[in-house]
Amino acid sequence: MAVAASPRANKAKVAIAQLSWSAAKPAPLVLVSGGEGFLADRAISMIREQLRAADPSLEVSDVDASSYSPGQLLTLASPSLFGEPRLIRVSNVEKCNDDFLVDALDYVASPDSETTVILRHDGGVRGKKLLDSLRAGNGGGIEIICAELKSDSDKFDFATGEFRQAGRKISAGALRSLVSAFAGSGAELASACQQLISDAVGEISDRTVDDYYGGRIEATAFKVVDSAVAGRLGDALLTLRHALSSGADPVPVVAAFAAKLRLMAKISGDRRSAGELAGAVGAAPWQIDRARKDLQGWNEPGLARAIEAIADADANVKGGGRDPVYAVERMVMIVASYGRD
Amino acid sequence: MSVWDELVGQKEAIAVFRAAAESGLAVSPGRVQAGVDTVGKAASMNDASMTHSWLVTGPPGSGRSNLAYAFAAALLCRNGGCGDCPDCKQVAARTHPDLATLTTEAVIIKIEDVRELVRGSQFSPAVSRYRVIVIEDADRMAERTSNVLLKALEEPPERTVWILCAPSEADLIPTIRSRVRSVRLRVPSIPDVAELIMARDGVTNEVAERAARHAQSHIGMAHRLATNPEAHTRRDETLRLALGLSGVRDAVLAAARMIEIATDDAKALTDERDASELESTRRSMGVATGDAVPAQLRSHIKNLEDHQKRRATRSLRDGLDRILVDLLSLYRDILRLQLGVETSLINEELEAGLRAAATARTAADTLATMEAIGVARTRIDSNVSPVLAIEALMIRAARKEAA
Repeated sequence: MAVAASPRANKAKVAIAQLSWSAAKPAPLVLVSGGEGFLADRAISMIREQLRAADPSLEVSDVDASSYSPGQLLTLASPSLFGEPRLIRVSNVEKCNDDFLVDALDYVASPDSETTVILRHDGGVRGKKLLDSLRAGNGGGIEIICAELKSDSDKFDFATGEFRQAGRKISAGALRSLVSAFAGSGAELASACQQLISDAVGEISDRTVDDYYGGRIEATAFKVVDSAVAGRLGDALLTLRHALSSGADPVPVVAAFAAKLRLMAKISGDRRSAGELAGAVGAAPWQIDRARKDLQGWNEPGLARAIEAIADADANVKGGGRDPVYAVERMVMIVASYGRD
Repeated sequence: MSVWDELVGQKEAIAVFRAAAESGLAVSPGRVQAGVDTVGKAASMNDASMTHSWLVTGPPGSGRSNLAYAFAAALLCRNGGCGDCPDCKQVAARTHPDLATLTTEAVIIKIEDVRELVRGSQFSPAVSRYRVIVIEDADRMAERTSNVLLKALEEPPERTVWILCAPSEADLIPTIRSRVRSVRLRVPSIPDVAELIMARDGVTNEVAERAARHAQSHIGMAHRLATNPEAHTRRDETLRLALGLSGVRDAVLAAARMIEIATDDAKALTDERDASELESTRRSMGVATGDAVPAQLRSHIKNLEDHQKRRATRSLRDGLDRILVDLLSLYRDILRLQLGVETSLINEELEAGLRAAATARTAADTLATMEAIGVARTRIDSNVSPVLAIEALMIRAARKEAA
């Protein structure tokens, strides 16, 4: 799945095997690419475990490519007196210095068969020459792609895989609430799965997830706006609290409210089609359709009052008032009552 | 010809400065120490005497900094401000060795700049009788920055003269106010400004009169309105937008348009300059056009960009401020009509619209709108998103019932 998602894989210049993180295996040269750090860490530790199982005398060394000094790689990769296998983990290849590039390109041309070199590349164009050379098949390497878990379905698949691998059963509802509780970061989701796997007994049900992560929702400012504009005061206040405690700042929350109400005000009372309006107000047609739906329940004085309240809240969260959270809550209450006090 | 000729409608202030400059001239350079003593004693008895720290206050556009530089020229010039000698020309070009100036294109004056200035104030003058230091935007100093000045203002070295400029005395902290001698400027009358614009820019009488009236006697603004037709069109559009408001939708669209106008205005002033500055920085670092900047030099470019960004913020805020001033003039006119004062409207050209607006709403509404303009200005100053502040203002302006 991750292979197909990677845009680089489509360029057809790749002559080496590209594996997903769960299929990581040792090779003389392993390129671990992609932005999801915790998957990369897992892949790297899987390779280390496999090598150590094959020969416990494995010698592990770490190199930081951003502060690399010339000759380091060759020194670490040269055969030692007792001929132990060696594993060299190179981090920060995406920030590597020029010395590293020169040495690495030399090494790729003639790799040592007893040594495993893992290159961790986080994405970006730095070191492209090295990556291209590896992907062209020089040195007989493999690539492990750790693409970011972006969409909800990616995360869902990931969590399913986690439980399946551990041989644990989890109900569909429990899985859904777990994924929505950790929508922000893949690493958090992974450790939540691990905790459930090691702590919970028997099948993991809705109840278990609720016990562990009860009521936690990863809310963004936009969710708060949506509930408030639809007049669901309780929901709006609850998601606001969740958003604030999971890292949202009052200032962008107010900005999200302002943007929403602005668009609603711009299209209020305009009967033109969404397509025609899109150019005039500078928003996508779907946003306009959405805003039109949101306008149900609103009237003109209400909109006016709400926008004034938002301007007031903006002043208060930017130092005009004592308590930014109170200012935002007050604004949410006014908006959720359609601008009627 | 003299350095005082270009200043309009400030006879009283000019008289004070002139007398001070001339009393300083009477002291022969050889006996400066004694001279300062006499001046110090005389200051308590006589208004027409020299002192070491001055504050020029007056509304924007009344010529504070021009007056400050005229005074500086009079102090630095051998002939007491003739306007023709090398000294006067160097002051006009801000290159005189004994003149230090501090002005800012950003929102505030940086504390490092003030420290530098204070250090420089300790030197003796190189060629003239005095060393003169002009701070143009003294109101743009934070309190902690102002405090750096206190010592230097209170006991400057003999022959160092400080001249601060600010819109009003209240813009400075009390400890500064008590250390300076304040000179207040008047708002020049519209005919005075019109006459100056006519003489300086060579425009017709009507254009000059209209520009002076629309600028509300702000000389710089009047010059711009008279010579730049786009500035005039933009002003006109802003006011028509405000007059044509009829609902929330109009208000929000009008606010968006006003921000656009202010941004255009600001861009017209800064874009070209930004590009040429970047080009000259690259050239001075030896980076050819199109080449990448080496990592070691990137911080220079970053500094320049930061500076330009600060300037753009200030520039946009100034643009919005102009819009708010124009709107204030509009509602002032409406209020006058509502209260039955028919004469001296600022926006005579829009009279029909003004009358319609005056009958459609109550005076209480107009007053509330004018207050909302003040609120919007405070909000923009405290970093509220400008669009949001203007939207709230326009919505208040569109509302008909008295709140």
